Amino acid sequence: MNEATHDSTEQTDRKREERREFHSYVWGVGLALILTLVPFALVAWTDIARQTLYIVIGVLALVQMVVHFRFFLHLGLRRKREDLHLILFSALLLVILVAGTIWIMTNLSVRMALPMMP
Amino acid sequence: MSRNYQNFQYPGLNLGSAHPEAHKAAESMMFGFWVFLMSDAILFGMVFATYVTQLHATAGGPGPQDLYDIKSVFIETMLLLASSFTFGMASLSMKYEHGKAQLIGWLTITLLLGLAFLGFEVHDFLSMIDKGGAPERSGFASAFFDLVPLHGLHVTAGCIWLLGLVGQMLRYGLDTRTKLGVMRLALFWHFLDIVWIAIFSVVYLAGLA
Repeated sequence: MNEATHDSTEQTDRKREERREFHSYVWGVGLALILTLVPFALVAWTDIARQTLYIVIGVLALVQMVVHFRFFLHLGLRRKREDLHLILFSALLLVILVAGTIWIMTNLSVRMALPMMP
Repeated sequence: MSRNYQNFQYPGLNLGSAHPEAHKAAESMMFGFWVFLMSDAILFGMVFATYVTQLHATAGGPGPQDLYDIKSVFIETMLLLASSFTFGMASLSMKYEHGKAQLIGWLTITLLLGLAFLGFEVHDFLSMIDKGGAPERSGFASAFFDLVPLHGLHVTAGCIWLLGLVGQMLRYGLDTRTKLGVMRLALFWHFLDIVWIAIFSVVYLAGLA
């Protein structure tokens, strides 16, 4: 008898967990959809100044990446920390490498009058 | 006791108490796979940096405005997002034991979406080459064909991996090894969708803005 009630609570726990995880994916898709549709619409149908558009596209892309990490890859602040550290450190390396490369190459092209800047 | 399993062991969907063996084996394997994904992200980052430095090196040839087709990119984006969702459904179907048939069904839908994505992408590349934007035309074209097909190649690898996993499932059933395979492919697939966000934003939207 005891065993049976224990099993059934475990089963309702599981059902609840399944619903929660299903909702995580639905939320993820919903948010990702909005964050995709907005920049596409802005580029396709509006005449906003290019610099503003670059910033909007960049910010929305970063937010969408966070949404994907959070809702599809289930990455969170209260989960196991080592993995979050791995990802954050890789992100730091990425920023240093990419920003450094672009900085150096832009500088080079300006000084050498290469056809990089418009 | 099952409370212990509710502590997540790694980013990504955790199998939990119903799959004790796979859940235990997963921890170090998933961490290792995350290390691979992050080094892959660094690789993509450097190719992105190369692309950005070559943006204006069109050598008189066609540039982004002439070559990119926003409709096609939008369809590709939707296909990849949908495939991320269907792979999520496959993961849930495996975790909550809805049977092999349902799992293979979701994986098949994911595969079809992935293949459709690749079809649109190949069509894009061919039409770009048709418009005079072949890789050898300019530094810009080379950098483009270094970056975007690299992602396409990853998706192709993911599709082949998916086929292999379905074969493994049909042959050996849902054992620990196939479960761990599905979980790693899930991480890979969602990761590729994140790389695609960077591609459609940096390459296509910024190029067409």
